[in-house]
Amino acid sequence: MIALQGVQKAFGGQVVVDAVDLEVAAGETLILIGPSGCGKSTLLRLILGLLAPDRGRICFDGEDLTPRTHRAVRRRCGYVIQDGGLFPHMTAGENVTLMARQMKWTRSRTAARLAELVALTAFPDDGLARYPVELSGGQRQRVALMRALMLDPDVLLLDEPLGALDPMVRYELQADLRAIFRRLNKTTVLVTHDLAEALYFGDRITLMREGKIIQDGPPRELREAPREAFVSRFFTAQRGHRDAWEAT
Amino acid sequence: MTGAGPARPLVRGGRLLSLVALSGLLLASAAGTGDVPAPPAAPNEAQRQPPRTLTVASKKFTEAVILGEIARAVIAASGIGAEHQAELGGTRVLFNALQRGAIDLYPEYTGTIRQEILRAEKLASDAELETALAARGIAMSPPLGFNNTYAIGMRPELARRLDIRTISDLRAHPHLRIGLTNEFLHRGDGWPSLKQRYDLPQTDVRGLDHDLAYRALAAGEIDVMDFYATDAEIADYGFAVLIDDEGHFPEYQALYLYRAELEQRAPAAIAALARLAGRFDAERIRALNARVKIGGESERAVAADFLASSLALDVPVEETSWITRLRVRTGEHILLVTLALAAGILVAVPLGVLAFRRPRTRHVILGLVGVIQTIPSLALLVFMIPLLGIYAPPAIAALFLYSLLPIVRNTHAGLEAIPPPIEESAAALGLSSRERLLRIELPLAAPAILAGIKTSAVITIGFATLGALIGAGGYGQPILTGIRLDDYGLILEGAVPAAGLALLTQGLFDGLERLIVPRGLRLRRTS
Repeated sequence: MIALQGVQKAFGGQVVVDAVDLEVAAGETLILIGPSGCGKSTLLRLILGLLAPDRGRICFDGEDLTPRTHRAVRRRCGYVIQDGGLFPHMTAGENVTLMARQMKWTRSRTAARLAELVALTAFPDDGLARYPVELSGGQRQRVALMRALMLDPDVLLLDEPLGALDPMVRYELQADLRAIFRRLNKTTVLVTHDLAEALYFGDRITLMREGKIIQDGPPRELREAPREAFVSRFFTAQRGHRDAWEAT
Repeated sequence: MTGAGPARPLVRGGRLLSLVALSGLLLASAAGTGDVPAPPAAPNEAQRQPPRTLTVASKKFTEAVILGEIARAVIAASGIGAEHQAELGGTRVLFNALQRGAIDLYPEYTGTIRQEILRAEKLASDAELETALAARGIAMSPPLGFNNTYAIGMRPELARRLDIRTISDLRAHPHLRIGLTNEFLHRGDGWPSLKQRYDLPQTDVRGLDHDLAYRALAAGEIDVMDFYATDAEIADYGFAVLIDDEGHFPEYQALYLYRAELEQRAPAAIAALARLAGRFDAERIRALNARVKIGGESERAVAADFLASSLALDVPVEETSWITRLRVRTGEHILLVTLALAAGILVAVPLGVLAFRRPRTRHVILGLVGVIQTIPSLALLVFMIPLLGIYAPPAIAALFLYSLLPIVRNTHAGLEAIPPPIEESAAALGLSSRERLLRIELPLAAPAILAGIKTSAVITIGFATLGALIGAGGYGQPILTGIRLDDYGLILEGAVPAAGLALLTQGLFDGLERLIVPRGLRLRRTS
């Protein structure tokens, strides 16, 4: 579905994505993980054409990504970012249905799709008339997810979608999100820096450091056959609460 | 759709481009009326036209306004419609307006024509005036009978103390402070040639409004000023007039200049003006000036009295009521501001968008509108006269230029302030750049844009009072007349409504904010 070949991107001389080759098959859930600044968010932006690569090729569903194909590709992708990126001047409902209205969907089709999404994301019905400032953080992310799913895209790209939420809300939304992914069975790329979250969602993990892919494979493979010391360090550096209890 | 109405964009769909096109057209048509003087109408064509209302104009000093009013009344009495544009401006403005046909006649002085208007032709005597003017399509009425020459004067105490009787005597006192009418300071027969002729050494020479200069002289803020010989104030204050011992100042015989085509188009009006020939003398005109400037009578009443006593003409004096004047001026003022501001919005918002979308144009656009703002308002008005003539158009053009900066700046700043995640989300949804502008960026920048328009509106209301200097009317008119007549009541008659209109506009925009700024943005501000 998505293929990157030798993709390179630098900002002011600093290489952020360095000769990355990556393929994501249709229906697969890929977790991009790594320390801050390793280039994982930049990779998502490159896939959406929000940034242009300095070198390399990006293919979407077998076609090269060019400025001419950007808009068509974006309409086949749903994109969710950390703080939701909701438009503050539109209600939750207006945010979700913006693209449908832009594409001149009939009212009944829009309403039916909205009802489906509200049920899917367990979003309170009366929240649709509220503005983003009137919603909680978790509700905002549910709206962002609905907006991303509105046109029933082939691909979901999520950049730390739960990163700004407090732990209880985050825990609850993780469970909902996994259920949604399982049900929709879409090609999904999720960026996170949290290993527990990566293991919870992914059947394939891609670990990045300083713009390069260090290892890519099923979680068990990364844990049991680390390709270099950094991989095991990354696994042990995430302290579970069990370790924390033992240290007290 | 459940509970989700369509978002209301600030400017709907395809209109933005047409707005830009329209504003460009406005500018082009404004420039297109260029510096081409209207050709004098061919006589046979003029004869076929029914006589239209004639426009009498006058310069901005009392004697000129009285003479203008007398001309208007005497023409009206001959059965031809006539209106008087009082206090239209200085010599250059009026002569140019006459030449291009914006006005039909105005009172002038022979010395001014010879020494200032036709200075380049170096006419030897007044006798050559008629031919020189005829070449420009302009004719002179017979002289009215008095010579209003320039004079130089002082407070009598100071003149006595320094033993100054003649202009030559000024040479021995280089430290005297001189205040001159702005026009006199620069015109050909004024200060430059006077200074040369008498070899005057004074360096503290400043330009003042003529009416304010009298007050400054009386208050001792200046020591020497220029008088018009028939000014009522000279006798009223008891100022000393210095003898022009080297005969520098020429004769300034008062008469009317009119467009030569009137001889075919409105011969009755020319005949009416001729009846005024020789009806005045210096004493008589000084008395009329005093009745207005010191007695506080209206020019219209004084003119009617004069015509009744010297020509036995019964001229009705219709004094407009305070409320009528207010209504007319409010209409004029609002028209000036509305047209200027509307054009300003149509041009400035797209410019702000362009500066945001094409960062390379930013410095040019913001720099340019910034520079426009630094042009002194009076200068900008005067620059507009050769392009657009007099009355409202040049004033609207100048106000339009001033209205740009706050709107362009705020539009640009409002767009720049949109958080990057919002911009990115809009792009990631697959909205085109135009859809992003109309659906996301302009609505989000709406509070800033509206604030810019509000600032612009309030500033424009203030600036528009200057429009009266070139006959654009509005609240500036009573202020201008009030300064001339030293009448604070009249000044307030313009200043108070102008301030009121500014406040009202501010309130109007606060209300408009509720309508235009999306509720989701207003919530953020309160929470």
